[in-house]
Amino acid sequence: MIYIRLFLEFFKAGLFAIGGGLATIPFLQDISRKTGWFTSQELIDMIAISESTPGPIGINMATYVGYETANLAGAIIAVIGEVTPSVIIIVLIAHYYLKFSEHPMMQSGFYGIRPAVAGLIGAAGFEVAKISLFNIDKYLLSHDVFDIINIKSVLLFTTIVFLLNKYKKHPIYFLLGAAIIGIIFKF
Amino acid sequence: MGELWKLFATFCRIGAFTFGGGYAMLPLIQKEIVEKNQWATDEEVLDYYAIGQCTPGIIAVNTATFIGFKRKGIPGAIAATCGIVFPSIVIITIIAAYLKHFEDYAIVQHAFGGIRVAVAALILNTVIKMWNTSVKDWLGILIFSASFVAVAFFNISPIIVVVISATLGIFTANTRTDVR
Repeated sequence: MIYIRLFLEFFKAGLFAIGGGLATIPFLQDISRKTGWFTSQELIDMIAISESTPGPIGINMATYVGYETANLAGAIIAVIGEVTPSVIIIVLIAHYYLKFSEHPMMQSGFYGIRPAVAGLIGAAGFEVAKISLFNIDKYLLSHDVFDIINIKSVLLFTTIVFLLNKYKKHPIYFLLGAAIIGIIFKF
Repeated sequence: MGELWKLFATFCRIGAFTFGGGYAMLPLIQKEIVEKNQWATDEEVLDYYAIGQCTPGIIAVNTATFIGFKRKGIPGAIAATCGIVFPSIVIITIIAAYLKHFEDYAIVQHAFGGIRVAVAALILNTVIKMWNTSVKDWLGILIFSASFVAVAFFNISPIIVVVISATLGIFTANTRTDVR
């Protein structure tokens, strides 16, 4: 039955893909090759849409592939398959983390991990900033120094950073505001 | 039932406004989980994220499961997980059914151009807050910088970064009097 296979395939992706949603892509390619439920071109389109819609990318991709394969029920089953290993593994880890969080070795391990995670997030932010604030491609074509920086984006970026620190409003307002400004000023 | 519903609704909001990978949810987690509901501290969120990064599965789901479990055990873990995936299921189903060329519309591309700038600004803000709670000495500055450079410029796996920094934290423990 297609639902059981869909569940098992996504269970496998959720169990073996370490490092977030994009790490599930090789598993999706494998599903495409093995089952023929969708072509690799369709998969590329699904990944593009998953990246440009709200929600975690991995869940978006599972929903999309599940829907294309077996409609809404397929979408729900694919997502359940993908998150089941996470829920089991994290519940086990969380149980021990909460039990041993006062242990000196745990504390000193996480003392070292926390700055590393801050650095990881910084690197992820840097990737987003590189795409949205700079026009490397445009500069390589024109060799005009003024083309390196995307002035509109830098202005919006500075304004948001300033407003964030001044008013401390919910991130949702800034995301919606930036979407509207993006539409009006054609970002 | 009250708190389970609240977990579901909170993670629904976070899921609906996460644009990008797991990192993009952190500004929302900080607002909703740390500031508004005080379900976890900044340090704990960093720990959960590190664990989510090194365990199988989607980082956003792993983090949601962890916070849900801490609040309300296994039902809490399930409620938070359902919350974080719910907006994706609704939005992607609508797109798959009616808007196949969603990402080709100019208006969508412009909106996302703006949103990406906001995500970069929100993350910068989050990293500054994380720096304040996690970097406490020279070791912290060293680990932060090395981890940033390793991932941003050398594409080194975050798992290796987390394992090495945990080891450094453990082996330098006797040089610190107060760990927290």
